Amino acid sequence: MTGARRRAGAPPACRFLHAGDQALVVEFGDVIDAGLNRLVQALDRRVAAAAIKGVIECVPTYRSLMIVYDPLRIRAAALRQRVEKLLPRTADAEAAARRWTIPVAYGGPHGLDLEQVARAHGLSTDEVVALHSGAEYRVYMIGFSPGLAYLGGLPEPLHTPRRASPRLRVPASSVAIGGIQAAVFSVEIPSGWHLLGRTPERMFDLRRAEPFLLGAGDRVRFRPISAAEYDRLAALTARGDVVAECEAGA
Amino acid sequence: MTRTAQSAVLRVINPGALATLQDRGRMGYQRYGVPQSGAMDMLTFAIACMLVGNPLDEAAIEFTLMGGTYALESGACRAAVAGAFAVTLNGTAIPSYRAFDLRAGDTLRIGSGTISHGSARGYLAVAGGFEVAPVLGSRSTHVRSAIGGLDGGALRKDARLTLRAPQAQRGVPLALDPRLARHDPGPIRVLPGPQDDYFNVAGWDVLLGERWRMSPNSDRMGMRLEGPRIPHKGDYNIVSDGVPHGAVQVPGDGQPIVMLADRQSTGGYPKIATVISADLPRLGQLRPGDGLRFARTTIDEAEAAAHEFSERIALLRKALQPAGILA
Repeated sequence: MTGARRRAGAPPACRFLHAGDQALVVEFGDVIDAGLNRLVQALDRRVAAAAIKGVIECVPTYRSLMIVYDPLRIRAAALRQRVEKLLPRTADAEAAARRWTIPVAYGGPHGLDLEQVARAHGLSTDEVVALHSGAEYRVYMIGFSPGLAYLGGLPEPLHTPRRASPRLRVPASSVAIGGIQAAVFSVEIPSGWHLLGRTPERMFDLRRAEPFLLGAGDRVRFRPISAAEYDRLAALTARGDVVAECEAGA
Repeated sequence: MTRTAQSAVLRVINPGALATLQDRGRMGYQRYGVPQSGAMDMLTFAIACMLVGNPLDEAAIEFTLMGGTYALESGACRAAVAGAFAVTLNGTAIPSYRAFDLRAGDTLRIGSGTISHGSARGYLAVAGGFEVAPVLGSRSTHVRSAIGGLDGGALRKDARLTLRAPQAQRGVPLALDPRLARHDPGPIRVLPGPQDDYFNVAGWDVLLGERWRMSPNSDRMGMRLEGPRIPHKGDYNIVSDGVPHGAVQVPGDGQPIVMLADRQSTGGYPKIATVISADLPRLGQLRPGDGLRFARTTIDEAEAAAHEFSERIALLRKALQPAGILA
C-alpha cells in the first residue's frame, strides 16, 4: 500500500501497511518525533471514538498506530477507508493530557549510573538531577513489557548512548535514560539503559482499579526525593496505594 | 436436608515440559505493553473446548511436547484431550479427540506426540472449565509478566485446579474423527509487511526459497528459524512499532523469528512479512528441528482463508459424534 502526497491543509502524509490479516499499521514516519507522536495519538483517539465494527484494539507507538482487527468482521480495504476519513490534521488541538509528578530517589543504590552519566557529560550529579527533574516528558508509548513508559523530552545535555553491555536484570520501577529517550521501567527486565534513579511508584499493579499508571500521551515530571522518603512511599505502594500525583488536563 | 456439593479438584502430578492455562487470548491491553497470549494452536484448542461442550472463550490446559499426568482428587468431571498424543486413563490407553468421564481417584496420563510432524501441543479441557478468575479479561497465562492462569504461572507439580462444574455430565461423551483435526501440511502463507521495504528481492528469495528449521531456542513468544541469512537492504534497526501476531521479524543476524502468542507488543526489528491468521495454528504444532517453508499470499486470499478457518471450526462442531459410533 502506498501513502498520499502531502498537500496544504490535507491530512499529514502517512502509509497504510498490512501487518498480516489481523492488523493494519498507519505509519506517520520512521523517526522519534513529538509531532509524529501527536498524530499517532490523535488517530488513536479518533479510531477509539469511531467504534469501528471489527476493531479489537489499537497499539499506539512512537510513529505508527497498529489497528488490530477481526478479519471475519471487517476487511482490510474497508478498514482503511474508514480510517482514512479519521486522519487528523496537524492543526488538531490535543486532548487534555494527564500530568503526573512521579517521585524519584536519584543515585546511590537506586541509580547506579548517575555518577557515570554525570562524568560522561562533565556535569555534577546535582546538575544531572536538576536537568532530568526539570523537564516535562511526554509518554510516547507503553511497550515491551506491561506498563513500561517510553518518554520523550529528555534535555539534550543528557542524551547518552546506551551501555556497551546491557545489564541482564534491571530493577522494576527504575528511572532510566538511553540515547535521546527516557523511560520508567515497570517490571524487572534486561536493559542497556543508564539508571538514574528509582521511583517507589509502581507502573503496573493488578491490585489497583486502574492497573496501569501511565498511558500514551500523558505528561510526566519527576520530583527528587531522599532515600528515606523512598522507603516511606515504597511502603505505601507495597499495599496498593498510588503515590504519584496526577493533575487531570484542563 | 442440605448436601454441600463436593468440589472437583484436578491435581497436577507432573506438568510435562510446560503446561499453562490458555484461552483465546487477552484482548485490549497491548497498548499497555501486555502480550495477547492465548492458545498457540486455536484449531486444536477449539476442538478440546467443543468436545466437552465448553464455549470457545473458556480456558484449557495447553501442554507442550509431553502431556504430563493429572489426578482427579475429588468430584467427577467430563474431560477431553485434543492433539495427537498418547493418553492413558488409569493405565489403559484411550484415544485423544474423545471425551471421557473422570472420577475421584482417576489418573490421566498424557504421553508424547504420536505423529512425527505436528504434535508439539495439545489441550486438556474439562466440562464447565476451571475455577480461575480472569485477569485483564482473560485466563490466559503470560508467565514472563506473571499474569493470568493459576497465580500467574505455569502449572507446577502438585498444583490443584478447582473445576467449576463438580459433577459428571449426563449423556454419551462426544468424539471427533482425528483425521478431521489434521493441519494442512502446505507452506505457511505470509503477507508482505509491515517493513517489507527494508528488504529487496534477495531477502525475499531467501525467505520464500529455503526450507527453514525450527530452532530449539523457541517458545510461546517467538519461533526462531535456522537457515541461510536473510539480507537487509540497509539498516536493520527501526524505531519501535507494534508487533502483530505472526510477524516474521529479521534481526541483524538475518535469522528470522516468527512472533507468536506471547510476543511483546512493540519491537525494534524490521518485519519482512506476517503469517496469515489461518496458518498461525499450524506453527503452534511444530517441534524443534521440524522444517517449514513460506509462501507469499495476498490480503484477499488471507481474508478468504480466515473465513475458511472459521467455517472449518463450525463444520467440526457438526462432525462431533457420540463416542460409541467411532471405532
